[in-house]
Amino acid sequence: MEAEKVIQTVDLSKHFGDFIACNAISFEVFKGEIFGFLGANGAGKTTAMKMLCGLSAPSSGKATIAGFDIYKQTEAIKKRIGYMSQKFSLYEDLSVLENIEFFGGIYGLSQQEIKQRGQQLIDQLGLADVAKNMVGSLPLGWKQKLAFSVASLHDPEIIFLDEPTGGVDPVTRRQFWDLIYAASVRGITVFVTTHYMDEAEYCHRVSIMVDGEIKALDTPENLKKQFQVDSMEDVFFELARGAQRLGD
Amino acid sequence: MNQFITFIKKEFYHVFRDGKTLLMLFGLPIVQIVLFGFALSNEIKNAKMMILDQAKDASSQQIIERFAASPYFQIEKTINHEAAIEPSFLKGNIKMALILPANLDQDLNHTGTAAVQLLLDASDPNAANTLNGYASSILNSFQQERMLNSKLPLQLTPQIRMLYNPELKGAPTFVPGVMALVLMLVCVLMTSISIVKEKELGTMEILLVSPVNPFLLIIAKAVPYLGLSLINLAIILTLSVTLLDMPIHGSLLLLIAESTLLIITALSLGLLISNVTNSQQAAMLIAILAMMIPTLLFTGFMFPIENMPLPLQWISNLIPAKWYYIIAKSIMIKGLGFAAIWKETLILLGMTVFLLFLSFKKFKTRLE
Amino acid sequence: MRTLIFLLKKEFKQIFRNKALLPIIFIAPIMQLIILPLAADFEIKNINISFVDHDRSSFSQQLYQKIVGSGYFKAISYGSSYQDAMQHIEKEESDIILEIPEGFERQLIRENKQDLFVAINAINGVKAGLGGSYLNQIIANYNQDIRAEWGLIKGNPQQAGLQVSSYFWFNPHMNYQVFMVPAILVLLVTMISTYMCALNIVKEKEIGTIEQINVTPIKKYQFILGKLIPFWLIGIFIFTIGLFGIGYLIYGIVPLGNLLTLYAYLSLYLIAMLGLGLLISTVSNTQQQAMSVAFFFIMIFMLMSGLFTSIDSMPNWAKAIAYCSPVTYFIDVIRMLVLKGSTFNDIKVHFAITAGFAVLLNVWALYKYKKTS
Repeated sequence: MEAEKVIQTVDLSKHFGDFIACNAISFEVFKGEIFGFLGANGAGKTTAMKMLCGLSAPSSGKATIAGFDIYKQTEAIKKRIGYMSQKFSLYEDLSVLENIEFFGGIYGLSQQEIKQRGQQLIDQLGLADVAKNMVGSLPLGWKQKLAFSVASLHDPEIIFLDEPTGGVDPVTRRQFWDLIYAASVRGITVFVTTHYMDEAEYCHRVSIMVDGEIKALDTPENLKKQFQVDSMEDVFFELARGAQRLGD
Repeated sequence: MNQFITFIKKEFYHVFRDGKTLLMLFGLPIVQIVLFGFALSNEIKNAKMMILDQAKDASSQQIIERFAASPYFQIEKTINHEAAIEPSFLKGNIKMALILPANLDQDLNHTGTAAVQLLLDASDPNAANTLNGYASSILNSFQQERMLNSKLPLQLTPQIRMLYNPELKGAPTFVPGVMALVLMLVCVLMTSISIVKEKELGTMEILLVSPVNPFLLIIAKAVPYLGLSLINLAIILTLSVTLLDMPIHGSLLLLIAESTLLIITALSLGLLISNVTNSQQAAMLIAILAMMIPTLLFTGFMFPIENMPLPLQWISNLIPAKWYYIIAKSIMIKGLGFAAIWKETLILLGMTVFLLFLSFKKFKTRLE
Repeated sequence: MRTLIFLLKKEFKQIFRNKALLPIIFIAPIMQLIILPLAADFEIKNINISFVDHDRSSFSQQLYQKIVGSGYFKAISYGSSYQDAMQHIEKEESDIILEIPEGFERQLIRENKQDLFVAINAINGVKAGLGGSYLNQIIANYNQDIRAEWGLIKGNPQQAGLQVSSYFWFNPHMNYQVFMVPAILVLLVTMISTYMCALNIVKEKEIGTIEQINVTPIKKYQFILGKLIPFWLIGIFIFTIGLFGIGYLIYGIVPLGNLLTLYAYLSLYLIAMLGLGLLISTVSNTQQQAMSVAFFFIMIFMLMSGLFTSIDSMPNWAKAIAYCSPVTYFIDVIRMLVLKGSTFNDIKVHFAITAGFAVLLNVWALYKYKKTS
């Protein structure tokens, strides 16, 4: 494992009134790592992720993303990250190419780069035939792959993926993970939340959140050993069973 | 029946948890009643004017005093030079200027006549006409008083009685109109959006696969708005009776029944719109353009229908609110009974049946 | 700057692809500009009158002729039953009943005085008041006529005293449409810019794309400018179509004032109204909410703006509300510039106040619009 830390949090917390969505979470993520961020519904994953992306201001604690402070330097952070939310978030009334052009443009890529990377991306995903179609007309799996590729178009240092494969068929999911691996090989750090435990096995390291706190953090291998079970699914059950908050 | 009630409850939750929608549902009718009752009228009062007094004698003084005392005018300035008039018109400071000639007294006493000029800002022709009328009558009364020999032979005296609204208040014209407008607004706009919203969010599918009869579902969508509209009706009537002193001469029960009929007409229209559109934006668009504006225009309470070109007068017959306006006026102000309004009621009923039929038909094809 | 261009490109593509929106932007204003001025005519004409003549004398006939010949009134019925006439009133077919009592002629000559009975449907107070005073005048004229006929007064009594001559400035043909068209144009531009702007931003919130935008390095001002500029341009475009395409070609209205001043004011005004749209979008989470809030304010603005009724006639508290609405100022400005040919100097106060609205609304909206929630 390389030593360069691209995400570092210390006692990061978020309160909504009396409710503590995130309670003093501390962890580190290294460059090129695929970091799985697990937890039951309502455990606080999305809240934590939104803080890291600069969408939501933390209540207390410290964190740096790619070396930048999440309180003061959110704008610098935004240039270096990619984000794909739970809700599909490309423009459905723009075509594949137009979405690429738009997002490339707002991340400051040159016309040349947009053209080149867009073409590359379309070839890679095999979308050449539908490049001019409206995104709204594509099947969900294609949309998700496209959204991932668009999120990594500007070569971010870190990509945040919030349940990227929800509702996607197994074949497409597999292809999706191929994309993630390819990104990781290029040195992009991938921070991903998921509910699929087979996907958790693909991660280099995973953390498991319960009731707003990180209860476990290690490689899938070590976690299985630590809890003396055969699969990540059982690790998850062991931890989530004690949860106070009900899933939704 | 239980399912039905569950659905209705759900709709009420939607409405009452959304403060901003409530603003539109209940805030707007109340504001409209207050504004129409106290702020808006076709009357012209306190029109600003200027007087160029070249005479500066007793007669001109009397005339100026008469204008100063009139509620229709407010004297901005008395000036000495004609040059000051035009800039004031251009700035929009005055609506009228009165020019009194030099030697007014003399002329009147010796030759018996004197020439007075009225300059009016006719960019608003109605206001100009009305102000001209008011000013002329003030000048006339000045003249009559001068003649003093008011005891004329063969005196005809018209005894004028103002029926229904002796104080000539604005409320009787607009309260029934605002009622029609608000009921249409709440029912058509809100229903159409609420159904399309479920389509857009995908929750409609869930409802459609539930074991509830789809017709019941549609009706359940409409019932809360029927309830809300009746509450609105109660608010409007209470406000107009207490705040605007507008009595209800006819049968309250009949009025409520007729209002319910209009509400059902409007709900059917809302259902129809929501069944033929697929997005909230489209539903709003149709509801506002095809319903709101025609209702405002063609009901007859803001703009007299008889002034419109004939084709527009024909179109006005297609607007349910127009018929309701006639009905509501007859009951509330004239105190007439059902015998006087059965024709209008029948027309409204026909429209309702037609719209309901159409929207159920559209809804069915969508299910297949 | 480059980012802004990408944002603008995207907005325009989306606007022109939205099939539900295009008609509201382009067709609806044209339809409304054509229909509204024709329909929104307050002028009181066609007052319908029912005669109940119990006398059937030459005097009553003369009075009837005089009234019908005046041009103000249209005779709906002529009979001898008040009940029948009342039926016409109840059905709204008639506005006024004139009842001439039995022995009208005889009584007048013998007693030197006689009453006439007039009943007016006063539900529409203004119409009733005007109808009553017209009828009064005609009866008074008729009265003078018979006096002259009987040689009781000399000369023409109506010519003595003050000779009033009225001059109708700025609109000598008393064309009502010239008055209404520019003001309705203001209303349309207001509605479109405010609604479109508010709904557009809220829609991005509703679908969730705004979150994607928020994690990108787009600056707050860039995103907002990207939203405002397209609607600002559309507003100017619609105004131009309305003013020249409809106002000039259909109604023959030629603006008398300086067009540059008019467009400068329009540009400023649109910035203010777009700020309002922006503000509405920041406080709303769904399109339904945004529409409700926008509708509420635009309805009040419209009613209070002096578009249909005179602001001078309002009580002071209502005047205060009217002057808190940007729409009031633009309606004033456009009527002054188009109809009277006022100059920049005449409307500089309006300019200053509108600039104030533009700054206030936009700053408020920016303050409310948070990129980080």
